[in-house]
Amino acid sequence: MKAVLLLALKSAWARRLTLGIALIAIALASALLLAVERVRHDARQSFTQSISGVDLVVGARTGGVQLMLYAVFHSGSATSNIRWDSFEAIATHPAVAWAVPLSMGDSHRGHPVVGTHADFFAHFRYADGRPLAFATGAPFAEVFEAVLGSEVAQALGYRTGDRITLTHGMVELGPDHDDKPFTVVGVLAPTGTPVDRAVHVSLEAITAIHLDWAGGAPLPGLVIPAEHVQKFDLQPKEITAMLVGLKSRADVFRLQRHINGYRGEPLLAVMPGVALDELWRTLATVERTLFALSALVVLVGLAGLTATLLAGLNERRRELAILRALGASPQAIFLMLTVEGLLVTALGVLAGTALLAVGIVTLAPLAQAHFGVHLSLRPPSGNELALLMSILATGLLASLAPGWRAWRMALTDGLTPRN
Amino acid sequence: MIALSDLVFRWPRQTSPCLDMPGFALAAGERVFLHGPSGSGKSTLLAVLGGVAVPERGRVELLGQDIVALAGHRRDAFRADHIGFIFQQFNLLPWLSARDNVLLPCTFSARRHGRAGDPPAEATRLLERLDLAESLWDKPAAELSVGQQQRVAAARALIGKPEILIADEPTSALDAERQQAFIDLLLTEAAAVGATLLFVSHDQRLAAHFDRVLSLADINRAAMGGEA
Repeated sequence: MKAVLLLALKSAWARRLTLGIALIAIALASALLLAVERVRHDARQSFTQSISGVDLVVGARTGGVQLMLYAVFHSGSATSNIRWDSFEAIATHPAVAWAVPLSMGDSHRGHPVVGTHADFFAHFRYADGRPLAFATGAPFAEVFEAVLGSEVAQALGYRTGDRITLTHGMVELGPDHDDKPFTVVGVLAPTGTPVDRAVHVSLEAITAIHLDWAGGAPLPGLVIPAEHVQKFDLQPKEITAMLVGLKSRADVFRLQRHINGYRGEPLLAVMPGVALDELWRTLATVERTLFALSALVVLVGLAGLTATLLAGLNERRRELAILRALGASPQAIFLMLTVEGLLVTALGVLAGTALLAVGIVTLAPLAQAHFGVHLSLRPPSGNELALLMSILATGLLASLAPGWRAWRMALTDGLTPRN
Repeated sequence: MIALSDLVFRWPRQTSPCLDMPGFALAAGERVFLHGPSGSGKSTLLAVLGGVAVPERGRVELLGQDIVALAGHRRDAFRADHIGFIFQQFNLLPWLSARDNVLLPCTFSARRHGRAGDPPAEATRLLERLDLAESLWDKPAAELSVGQQQRVAAARALIGKPEILIADEPTSALDAERQQAFIDLLLTEAAAVGATLLFVSHDQRLAAHFDRVLSLADINRAAMGGEA
């Protein structure tokens, strides 16, 4: 048996070109399947780890998914705001430990600007409860100071001390608030969350840059210079959303009901975990489609292997007959063909895994920059190992057909191939 | 050494048998020329003798053992242990060197391995004896000429001194003057290892130096034709 397997190896080596092509197809297909699985897993990870330690996210009444999208992911915009007195009412509720206001709507060179309290940096948590850390500098203390997410600083090359101006709205070429520049006082360490892409300023600053504005444009003839803004009341009238932490998590449903039934204005409170799950489920169809497609690609690759082996079989008929004459049993011939297919599959899967590693190393920065998805290089997870095993199992199935055909040939060919 | 009796064989999906033989026998050490035009069931008979094809009926005794009664893997082992085959052409595994081709029976049969003594040395001895230039020994078989390949095939059939040598049209790919030389070589070597030689060909002119000449038509009652 060992002799037959050794011969199978030598024979395969003699046909390395055609088998190599089948191998490459399998490698590419497995790499694709693994990549889809990896991206799916890591995207979900980045996604569900984008916020933690926050018990409720509160905004104007809308859908829970939409609220999460604009309040946490800075994607889309709020249809309406919540009043400052509502914020105060909730913030002072006896069950509430802390509350941080969020005010969106401006941007800096495509990056969202978040008006908030300096408390935000203390209370915000991500992943499994990690707090924000400053790479350099400190939270803002004055009105015209800004704290940058790591990605903003990296993409635009800012350091503490640099001066930036904000743009009204989320369009890069919108009207500028260039009369009131901000000083960068802090840069946050990378988190892999939407915080990385945001510019954080004080809530008062948001009011201040809009003092001489109305309806989304500067008021003609009215200019309030930056040095005079302190004379005004910078308490905002409205904010976009708020993050709430509770003294006791047990109160979360009670407070959620309280906020959802708030008399002052229609509000919505969502639990981030629940809303993220809901959001992820809306993406599950895409995810499943991608997975199904790449599984199909694997099947195509393996079908290619079967075709290659079957096509080669006719040319190898003589070879198999010689082996029969030398004493190889039909079972040995079957084994030879099957092992060959399995070997090509196994090598293909290995090459695919290596290919994925190379792909991740080269593409991870791009994925991080463009999609905010953090791809990590790591040994295959249990899930991925199961996938690799199922590719191997399917490869074995795909090799059984040529093996079976060789067996039949061995039985009917005798010592000379019959046509 | 070889004794067939009351043998009937048909290939799957064939209505009439292609072998129907009352019987014939070869004595130990006998060198027999079996004549049969193509389509007379020569290849089938050899497949049956080798235990690769199993008859519906009858006995195939080799060295006193009825191989029809053996289990499949035992038949395969028996073939590896006791029979050396030479075919028309494309006899060798093209991607193996000449020397490794000669050594193949020793990897399939411990008995042949044992009888060869030191197999690599024996392979070398046989290749030398069959007059194959040393520079060709480690070349892939595919790079040898047809005549060289046939000599390697003969060395492969002879290694480990099998009791039975079966040659199926081994000279059909050779030109006329080399045919006789190859047959003489085969006869000499068979005699040297004391093997029983069954040489099958459609070309009756080659029969001259054999102990006995048989015609397949005389020993096979099945209708001719239909089988290549």
